[in-house]
This record gives sequence, structure tokens and C-alpha cells, in this order.
Amino acid sequence: MIAHSVFFYIFSLIAIVSAVMVTVSKNTVHSVFFLILDFISISCLFIMIGAEFLGMIMLIVYVGAVAVLFLFVVMMLNVAEQKGQWFSSRWDGGTHIPVGLLVSLIIFFELIIVIGGWKYKPDLLNSLSINISTEVTNTRSIGNVLYTDYILLFQISGMILLVAMIGAIVLTYRERAGVKRQSYVKQISRERDEGVDLVEAERNKGVKIDA
Amino acid sequence: MDSYFSILFNEVYKILFLLVPVLVSVAMIVWLDRRVWAFVQKRRGPNVVGPFGLFQSLADALKYIFKEIIIPASSNKLVFVLAPVVTMTLALISWAVIPFDEDFVLADINVGILYLFAVSSLGVYGIIMGGWASNSKYPFLGAIRSAAQMVSYEVSIGVIIINVLLCVGSLNLSDIVMAQQNLWFVIPLFPMFVIFFISALAETNRPPFDLPEAEAELVAGYQTEYSGMMYAMFWLGEYANILLMCAMGSVLFLGGWLSPIDIFPFNAVPGPFWLIFKILFLFILFALVKATVPRYRYDQLMKLGWKIFLPFSLFYVVLTSSFLLYFDLLPGK
Repeated sequence: MIAHSVFFYIFSLIAIVSAVMVTVSKNTVHSVFFLILDFISISCLFIMIGAEFLGMIMLIVYVGAVAVLFLFVVMMLNVAEQKGQWFSSRWDGGTHIPVGLLVSLIIFFELIIVIGGWKYKPDLLNSLSINISTEVTNTRSIGNVLYTDYILLFQISGMILLVAMIGAIVLTYRERAGVKRQSYVKQISRERDEGVDLVEAERNKGVKIDA
Repeated sequence: MDSYFSILFNEVYKILFLLVPVLVSVAMIVWLDRRVWAFVQKRRGPNVVGPFGLFQSLADALKYIFKEIIIPASSNKLVFVLAPVVTMTLALISWAVIPFDEDFVLADINVGILYLFAVSSLGVYGIIMGGWASNSKYPFLGAIRSAAQMVSYEVSIGVIIINVLLCVGSLNLSDIVMAQQNLWFVIPLFPMFVIFFISALAETNRPPFDLPEAEAELVAGYQTEYSGMMYAMFWLGEYANILLMCAMGSVLFLGGWLSPIDIFPFNAVPGPFWLIFKILFLFILFALVKATVPRYRYDQLMKLGWKIFLPFSLFYVVLTSSFLLYFDLLPGK
């Protein structure tokens, strides 16, 4: 078990240090890179406790898609260099620190509530048909729980995501006039008669095209 | 403590046994790519160094090693150096789960296909890091293009994988191969195989989807500022990724190490050879596509990914699952 705990401490150390570096580093793109490192080490921790499905999904969804979009936005918005008012000697009473403290306090209390809820975990679990056995893979057992006991919540969360997606599209969509679009159907269904026009050109006058 | 060291040494020897052939075959595959490309265009291709020009890649590698590594003054140096390392590492670690035969696999993990998918989706970081750290216009444009392209086509690859998994009932790659003993998935899921092949072209930035490095527009895309060994690492990583996609295609659709017909002269050939034949077959298809198809325009690329491949593969998921449910063929009951 020595190797196991050594790896555990390595990954958790990387996770904590990179989580701190996300907020501390002055370059926003570096912050996103540290966020990615954090995600990766957390998914390693997931794999170490035997939740390989969650670890891989973490990698695919957060690192493979979400963080790419973060990186994309940060690079496109060109906000690479922060002024670094966090650690500069003269602090101009920035407004984000009280808000940040408030949010972290709320998260702290939520964590306390969740950990307190562990005391009642046996009662909560008994009401469900969760049957954790070591023989089936955890992909299968997650599926069994997700599509039976929590099917309603699962589908509702899917609907919420769909609504959010449609909302984002509606908010950013704007009709632009004069955009030339390619239509394969139109291109293919063009006949010779439409494309070619035989004109009897008069001498010294020429032909007016695009009339 | 001794036992730890023995485990370590055993694993290192196994890993080397896998990685050295992969790296050598990457070098050979570059030669094959150029030869196939040349034959299609009625040229000869590299035929001077060694028999049939086989050592051309080695000569190229030697040249890259002795070239100077130039790091631009205004680049972000750490990220600039890390980018090719990331690309190559990610291209190599995914080989750990590819099964070459029954019980002939480095890591036989339960979620093998998810691991492959995750690692190949991480591959985009090498490109973005390289493009951003170069601090120059062309590499940056190439990186942005590549990020959008790879994320788009990953989605349809994911849905195609779901199609296969519905027929298998397991995420383990060996199980996926064993499920094809009677019928390779390329037959019932042929449209998915075609889409997988095209998405694999886009995912590995191969022509006709090589917009991130479109030389007519972007010089060499994200690789513009790289030179010497760092460029060679990008290049090795890219070809290792192409080989990996071919391996993934053969495991998912072409029955991995299984022989096409289970009768004497065929099933006497060891499994790894069949897998290698299938990988080579897919790779030659890749090379033929490169030689024959003109490059896509960027909006056409996005349209193909999001408006054609994604709806069609989603529709096929519904079709496959209803078929399996109706005829009571769902695995793992």
C-alpha cells in the first residue's frame, strides 16, 4: 500500500497546488493550463479510488471539451495579462474580493452541510435499491442507479442543459443581411439553360452582363 | 521494497517492448505515406536511402536531431517547449490499451475505449499550446482552427463509439474484439465505419481536413515557429496519432486481432499480424485520401461535422438500439 499512498499524495499535492495557481497566476492562459492540470490530477484520484468511469468522464468532458472552450475564450478575448492587483502592494479596494470571500464562505458552509449529511447516509441509502457489488464494473452500477432511481432527475438535468443551449443560441443569433450561403442542392440542380446564355453581340457595342 | 522494484522493472521492459516498435513503425509509416502518395501521382517518392528508400525517415530524423532548436525571443518559453512533449506523450500513452491478441495487452482496463477517447481528446492541447506559445499570427490561427475542428469531430466519434458499445455491452477493448467473433461490426454498422474514418481524418488533421497547417494560407500552422527536434516530435506525435486512429478503427470495426475467416490458413496467422495488416490497410486508405481529395473550406468542414455527421450518427444510435431491443439482442443481460 506504500506505493498507493505515495501516488495519492503526489496527485493530491498537484491538485491543490494547481488549484491555488489557478487563482494566483497573473497570466490568464496559465490559469487555464493550471485548471487543466487540476482536472487531470483529480481524475487520477478518481481512478485511484476505483471510480474509473468517473475519472475518464472527467477527462473527456472537463479536460477534453470544457477546458478547451475556456482556453479558446481566454485566448480570443486577449485578457492574457492581468494587472495583478491581488498581490500588488497598493490595493485599490477592488470590488471582487468581498464577493469572492462571500462565495467561498457559502461553499464552505455547503461543504459542512454535505459532510454533516454523511451521518445520515445509511438511512438515505436504504430507501434506494442501490446494490453495490464488486463483481460488476462501476460503469454498469452507475448506469443501473442513474436509469432507475434517478431517471427523473437525470432527464430533468438533460432538459435544463438543452434549454441552456437553446438560450445561448437565441441570445447570440442575429440575422445578417447580405450573407452569401452555399447551397449544395442549388449548385447541383443548376441546369445548362440557367448557366449559359447565348447572346448575339452587336459590333462595337459588346454585351452588358449581370443585368 | 524489492517487490516494488521488480514490478517497476517488469513494467518498464513491457512498455519498451511496446513503444520501440511503435516508434519504429511510425518512421516506416511516414515512408509508406510518401511512397503511396507518390505512386498515385505517378512519381517515385523517396527511393534513394537504403533499399526502396526504407531508411529515408531515419535520415530525416538524423537531420532533425542535428538542426538547431530555435526558440523565438517573444515566445512563452516553457509552454513552447512543453507543447511538442505533450503531443508526443499523449500519442504514445494511448497505445497502452490497444489489445494485440487475447491477453496480449499492456493495460487491460475496464474502460479502455473511454481511455482512448479521453487521451485522443487531450491531443488538442499540444496544438493549442504550440500555437499560443509561439506568439505569432499564423501559429495562433492554426491553433484556433485546430481546436474548433478537433472538438467538433470528437463529438461524432463519441456517438459512433456509443453505437459500437451498444452492440458489445462492455467498455473493455478486448471484449469489443471478442464480440466480433461471428460478425465484424463493419458489416452491420457500415455507415458508422465510413463516418468514423472521415472523422478520424479530421481528428488527426490529415488532408482533406488539414486546415490547421494549410500551407497556402498559414505557412505551417501551429508548427511554423518550431525547428529541429521539437518539430520532429510534433511530426512523430502526429503520425503516432494517425496509427492509433487506424488501430482504433480496426479494433472497433474490423475485428482487431481476429482473422477474417476462421479456417486453417487464416487462423494459423498469429493475432498481432492480423491487427497490423488491418492497421496498414486503414493507413493506406488514409494515404490514398491524402493523395486524391482537395482540401475542404473551413465552413464546409464545420457544416459536415455538426450538420451532417452528428445528426446522422445520433439517428443511427436510435436505429441500433431499437433494432437490438426489438430483436432482443441487447448484450449483457
